[in-house]
Amino acid sequence: MMRPYTPKDNVQAKAYYTDRFWVAPRIAEEPVPKEGIYAEDLDALSAKCKVLKAYIQRGQLVIHIDPKDNITALKTLKEERWYEMLSEMSAVDFLAERGGFEVFYQILNLNTAQRIRIKCFVDENEAIESVNPLYRSADWAEREMWDLMGVKVNNHPYLKRLIMPDDWEGHPLRKTYPLEGDEFAQWYEVDKIFGKEARDIIGPENRDPARIDRYDTERFARLGHEVPRGTPPEELKKLEEEGVVTPVRYQEEEGVFLVKDLNEEPKVLDKRK
Amino acid sequence: MAQHQVNYTQSGGLPVALTTVDKILNWGRSNSVWALTYGLACCAIEMMASGASRYDFDRFGTIFRASPRQADVMIVAGTLTKKHSEFIRRLYDQMTEPKWVISMGSCANTGGMFNTYATVQGVDRIIPVDMYLPGCAPRPETLQYAVMLLQQKIRKESANKSQKPKRLV
Ligand code: SF4
Repeated sequence: MMRPYTPKDNVQAKAYYTDRFWVAPRIAEEPVPKEGIYAEDLDALSAKCKVLKAYIQRGQLVIHIDPKDNITALKTLKEERWYEMLSEMSAVDFLAERGGFEVFYQILNLNTAQRIRIKCFVDENEAIESVNPLYRSADWAEREMWDLMGVKVNNHPYLKRLIMPDDWEGHPLRKTYPLEGDEFAQWYEVDKIFGKEARDIIGPENRDPARIDRYDTERFARLGHEVPRGTPPEELKKLEEEGVVTPVRYQEEEGVFLVKDLNEEPKVLDKRK
Repeated sequence: MAQHQVNYTQSGGLPVALTTVDKILNWGRSNSVWALTYGLACCAIEMMASGASRYDFDRFGTIFRASPRQADVMIVAGTLTKKHSEFIRRLYDQMTEPKWVISMGSCANTGGMFNTYATVQGVDRIIPVDMYLPGCAPRPETLQYAVMLLQQKIRKESANKSQKPKRLV
């Protein structure tokens, strides 16, 4: 299904001044129709386990279940309703709001081309049962979920970090994980290769060397807001409050010394030579 | 190479050329800087383009080798992740002396646009770098120029100087 088009102008710059924890508007939830494939799927599922909530979103059935029922629910849908493919599974970090993760399974019925999303909410320290015996594609997805989110998975055949190095600490896709890494991440390669003693010799990472500080009087300043070299910071603040702005001049405006303006008129030869 | 004029009529018609050991060793070294294939990200595409027929690295004697034991220069082309940092150091240590490193592209120089927890902020935190190429990605001409500058650098060095451990950072 195609998503509606939203204008993407300025989307990169916006990231700097919009709230990181802005909550996106919810997509409308419609009730599940009384008959049809989805109604039958829902009936088959509610006969086997408890359905906490079910609705249609963008024409797709979404079912909330208890995390303990995940194997029962997926087994029912796979064996009785032929949802034979697990096309996607992962977790969403809701640690700040609700103290846990929302794990979702996106399953596909290859005969009817219908998709169902099964969602369940696990607390931070609660483990979820592996669905690897039902769907082989869950193998790496569950490892990734453990690696990047820290959702524990029970009875997984080989629960090892998938993306980050094996000796990594922390789960980087959690919203509380700093983008530039915690102390462990920032010194990871130095500690690992040279040992902690080398930290003093190598020094901290120089991140964002292109950053322009408007109060820096030694290197680059913002164009039009240049400040006199060596001015103490208090005076710079005062200058700014007074609104001191260096006018931006371009060479072309007043002509350049000893350089004649370009003659815009083309020269036409009278005759071919 | 030849520093002294050879007068064939006076030296009995022998094709004699005089030079120093340093010069002839460096002449050989600088004309066969074999590069370790070290493509890590998109810069590797430009490195491959430099090796292919249009830009043709072979005419500088630069042939890509897949083994650190046979390589003289490591062209770090791309984004070095923290997970990989251990391996780049090991491969660098496995290269035989004398060895050089070219850091190709913003990612290898400073981490580039990847200001994140998973990217090494400059390969010079791990291995000593001889030459930094700016650009994202640098064009094959830039890499060619770097190899030519490296050749000049090699020719200026003393051939059997004791290999001091290079300073990191
Ligand atoms: S410098 Fe640019 S082209 Fe090269 S690896 Fe980094 S992002 Fe890719």
